[in-house]
Amino acid sequence: MIPASFEYHRPTNLEAALATLKEFGDDARVLAGGHSLIPMMKLRMAAVEHLVDLQAIADLKGIAIDGGTVRIGAMTTQHELIAHQGLAQAAPIIREAALQIADPQVRYMGTVGGNVANGDPGNDMPGLMQCLDATYTLAGPDGTREVKARAFYEAAYMTAREDDEILTAIGFEATGGGWAYEKQKRKIGDYATAAAAVILQKDGGVCSGASIAMTNLADTPVWAAEAGEALVGTACEPDAVGRAVEAMLARIEPTEDNRGPVEFKRHVAGVILRRAIERAWSRA
Amino acid sequence: MNDMTPPTREERVEKLKGLGCSRKRVEDVRFTHGKGNYVDDIKLPGMLHGDFVRSPYAHARVKSIDASAALALKGVVAVLTAKDLEPLNLHWMPTLAGDKQMVLADGKVLFQGQEVAFVLAEDRYIAADAAELVEVEYEELPVVTDPFKALEPDAVELREDLHGQDSGVHGKRRHHNHIFLWEAGHKEATEQAISSAEVVAEEMVYYHRTHPCPLETCGSVASMDKVNGKLTVYGTFQAPHVVRTVASLLSGIEEHNIRVVSPDIGGGFGNKVGVYPGYVCSIVASIVTGRPVKWVEDRMENLMATAFARDYWMKGRISATKDGRITGLSCHVTADHGAFDACADPTKFPAGFFHIMTGSYDIPVAHVGVDGVYTNKAPGGVAYRCSFRVTEAAYFIERMIEVLAIELGMDAAELRAKNFIRKEQFPYHSALGWEYDSGDYHTAWEKALKAVDYEGLRREQAERVEAFRRGETRKLLGIGLTHFTEIVGAGPVKNCDILGMGMFDSCEIRIHPTGSAIARLGTISQGQGHATTFAQILASEIGLSADSITIEEGDTDTAPYGLGTYGSRSTPVAGAATAMAGRKIRAKAQMIAAYLLEVHDGDLEWDVDRFVVKGAPERFKTMKEIAYAAYNQAIPGVEPGLEAVSYYDPPNMTYPFGAYVCVMEIDVDTGTHEIRQFYALDDCGTRINPMIIEGQVHGGLTEALAIAMGQEIAYDEIGNVKTGTLMDFFLPTAWETPNYTTDFTETPSPHHPIGAKGVGESPNVGGVPAFSNAVHDAFRAFGLRQVHMPHDQWRIWKTAHDLGLHG
Ligand SMILES: Cc1cc2nc3c(=O)[nH]c(=O)nc-3n(C[C@H](O)[C@H](O)[C@H](O)COP(=O)(O)OP(=O)(O)OC[C@H]3O[C@@H](n4cnc5c(N)ncnc54)[C@H](O)[C@@H]3O)c2cc1C
Repeated sequence: MIPASFEYHRPTNLEAALATLKEFGDDARVLAGGHSLIPMMKLRMAAVEHLVDLQAIADLKGIAIDGGTVRIGAMTTQHELIAHQGLAQAAPIIREAALQIADPQVRYMGTVGGNVANGDPGNDMPGLMQCLDATYTLAGPDGTREVKARAFYEAAYMTAREDDEILTAIGFEATGGGWAYEKQKRKIGDYATAAAAVILQKDGGVCSGASIAMTNLADTPVWAAEAGEALVGTACEPDAVGRAVEAMLARIEPTEDNRGPVEFKRHVAGVILRRAIERAWSRA
Repeated sequence: MNDMTPPTREERVEKLKGLGCSRKRVEDVRFTHGKGNYVDDIKLPGMLHGDFVRSPYAHARVKSIDASAALALKGVVAVLTAKDLEPLNLHWMPTLAGDKQMVLADGKVLFQGQEVAFVLAEDRYIAADAAELVEVEYEELPVVTDPFKALEPDAVELREDLHGQDSGVHGKRRHHNHIFLWEAGHKEATEQAISSAEVVAEEMVYYHRTHPCPLETCGSVASMDKVNGKLTVYGTFQAPHVVRTVASLLSGIEEHNIRVVSPDIGGGFGNKVGVYPGYVCSIVASIVTGRPVKWVEDRMENLMATAFARDYWMKGRISATKDGRITGLSCHVTADHGAFDACADPTKFPAGFFHIMTGSYDIPVAHVGVDGVYTNKAPGGVAYRCSFRVTEAAYFIERMIEVLAIELGMDAAELRAKNFIRKEQFPYHSALGWEYDSGDYHTAWEKALKAVDYEGLRREQAERVEAFRRGETRKLLGIGLTHFTEIVGAGPVKNCDILGMGMFDSCEIRIHPTGSAIARLGTISQGQGHATTFAQILASEIGLSADSITIEEGDTDTAPYGLGTYGSRSTPVAGAATAMAGRKIRAKAQMIAAYLLEVHDGDLEWDVDRFVVKGAPERFKTMKEIAYAAYNQAIPGVEPGLEAVSYYDPPNMTYPFGAYVCVMEIDVDTGTHEIRQFYALDDCGTRINPMIIEGQVHGGLTEALAIAMGQEIAYDEIGNVKTGTLMDFFLPTAWETPNYTTDFTETPSPHHPIGAKGVGESPNVGGVPAFSNAVHDAFRAFGLRQVHMPHDQWRIWKTAHDLGLHG
């Protein structure tokens, strides 16, 4: 478990970080909390000759809530997401999800930017951000651009981010209504067997809006518009929930691993999603 | 004036912190301050670092090894292959089980992760980089990971080195992948009992392959001093003296020139009993280079290559009368030993003490046959927190009892009680040849059932089943019962040895003039708390406070010879040696006291911490005073000094037992579980330190939880290890660990000097069947008889699915 040798860079501002990325091209990668990248390097599944640590760039940290708009700096740790009172008001689903990621040690180090940029289908934050309809800000050599979370993920470890871009922030509108993040895992420190992020709006006893995403059931997170639509206009009664679940199951493509065979994962996905919808509805 | 009052007898007893005292562990101060000294903490001047090139294939011929690129890397000192070890005859090494094992791949590899070349470099990082640069050309061969397929006539021959040898150390080999057939009991009588029985239950019970996975992995630092000819080896050794003897026999270095040191060990659980290629390579490399050489494996190497545990396919038949009296038990085991037979068992017992499989029950006749088989998996088969194959045996019988209860339509608690060996039957001779020393199973069982309100639980379970059938709940309730009997404390020298060394153990005590002491033992703690508990045994024997007694183990230059710590043998054997050596001290102390008090030694009696003149309680000499006198007075007929040594050969094993109940909720839709209650009653004979016992039980139960509920070493069909990291290999955290309620009865061992039996492994032995039986029991109402562990989420889900519970 010893990585191959690498050069370590610690720029103090974004421009310097971007310049280093440009200089070393393919041979450079940014380092955030290191809790996905460093294990890969130790397993020698990732070889990185130049590691560009973002820790010293103050601008990338912090949570700002301005009216209904939330902006989270990429280098904000998962622990900080959990501890932030304003965020718990604006988007309580984030705390509920973050508490189900790994363990406190990992969450003290792991960042939200690293979690969403990583592109690992096991990560919980990408599905969550799709559920929230978040927007990622990417800074590159030619300036910044914005990409929707729902358009960011292409395949496992493949995203819309270019190699020379750095994800600087995540933005979304504060959510109202009910929410739930439901996750089944084998143990603390495990990635999801199936996880569901659900946000529902309720208006006069009827569901007026729904956003549903699931994690680790395909090579990207799965946000299914049809699943949400199946609930809109209903009172989230069992039939409607069943249709939402069916819509989602039609979209997922789980693969067999040590967590279990495909048949099991599909079944659990349905159970987890049903529970998440019920809980979100009870809070709406 | 108060402090002039002489202490009462109770106060004197309390001050000793002897037997029965929940004394805090003296080891914990250094561990909690980060001041432990483990193998990887040892850094010697000029030390080199070794790393292995390992096989990615489970079965392949090694066509060529090209180390030129590695050797060209700055800082690389050497790359050793089998060819380099061959002239020293060290390319293979003997195993504890009488087989031999490749140190480095000799022509072929037989399991994924096998050691192929040993890279030696100036630092650990260079060694890792260089290992990647060694080019090995392989030619893949067919892989066998299934022991039943391995025995098919046309199965590929794994051990070409044994080609044509139709017998091994344990007798006849009937197939090229067969290692031995070992049997015990009466085959014909058992067959007859079963064939004429009113009721017979038959089942295949599989105890899957798992791994002890100690927090500290295996490693060693070898240092050959070419000037004085002395070799020092620090390592993760559960049996340092045996390692010294083996090292001497293999290297030809005289034994007095070898010093083996086990420093602090971060858990062993059987994983650190055997001898590994890494140890041999670090020693050879140090002899060759004249520099110290360190080898420490990483987690993946530990899980892939150093000794696994279990992997027993146990085909059982149990017979009974209609009213539930057991009449016979038979078992045939197909034992997957992996590529080399490297089990750590006493030499004459290739299946360990598996024939304790009649458990806590009075079974008139029984038979067992164990077939050892080679496959393309890592070697091992160690006693993971149990005495040799005792967990397998306990799991087997406790499953067979449950299956029989189903067959009989009987309550499993009642079936057990009906067949327990009764108190008055001890010492009890089992059908498979053991003499159980003592026990009172009915008392323990009744206490356990009462504590959990067994009948209330059964009522609740029945209501739950009804509610489930009505569609009101998706959760089932399982009640897991176990009554286990262990056999520990190997063992009598007449039938127990390891590589010819009798399995005695030893203690050497030196009392210092001011009334404190040091005692050294042949065992070695890996977390058991020997420094705490052995001092307590001694405190009660010699009347000096445990706080004034240092316990030292693990340095073969200073400690007396012993066979080490595993199989719960430390207290039964070395603990007995400690008490016996203490008694020798006391005998001499009595003569000194008699001289000082000017009485005949027969006129003295021992009282807690002193010798008192009978009938004159005001005339006494404390042990402290006697110790001083031993060094500063010329006593006629008595040698100066106060020391003793005892080598203890136990007359029998000890037989701890216990009654466990696990109450588990199972969600049939997700396969998840929640342990609502776990009650563990242990009877380990005399209790030395109740707090340490409780700690051992908590730890052992948590390992049992892991094994039963998810921990496994799994292979795919081409021999890739699928569970090689802690992401997939289940090691519970506080989160997964339930609350345990501990309890006890106390039935001393009649043959042990202080009546103690050993407890460290009981919770693993009893815990695994308790957890597993709870899972089975939850589904009993729906027709489940037997499913294989580990009961992880998808397997529980599948059980529910196959029983039609998903609609
Ligand atoms: C034992 C364990 C269990 C875990 N369990 C879970 C879990 O259940 N759920 C879960 O979601 N995660 C889990 N994780 C992962 C954890 O949340 C990581 O911290 C997270 O995935 C990555 O964040 P990081 O800050 O550590 O990123 P790093 O590891 O530093 O980086 C990850 C990748 O993202 C890239 N990257 C990082 N930041 C940026 C950026 N700002 N711009 C562009 N690229 C960037 C890096 O170059 C790298 O390729 C677990 C980790 C461990 C060790």
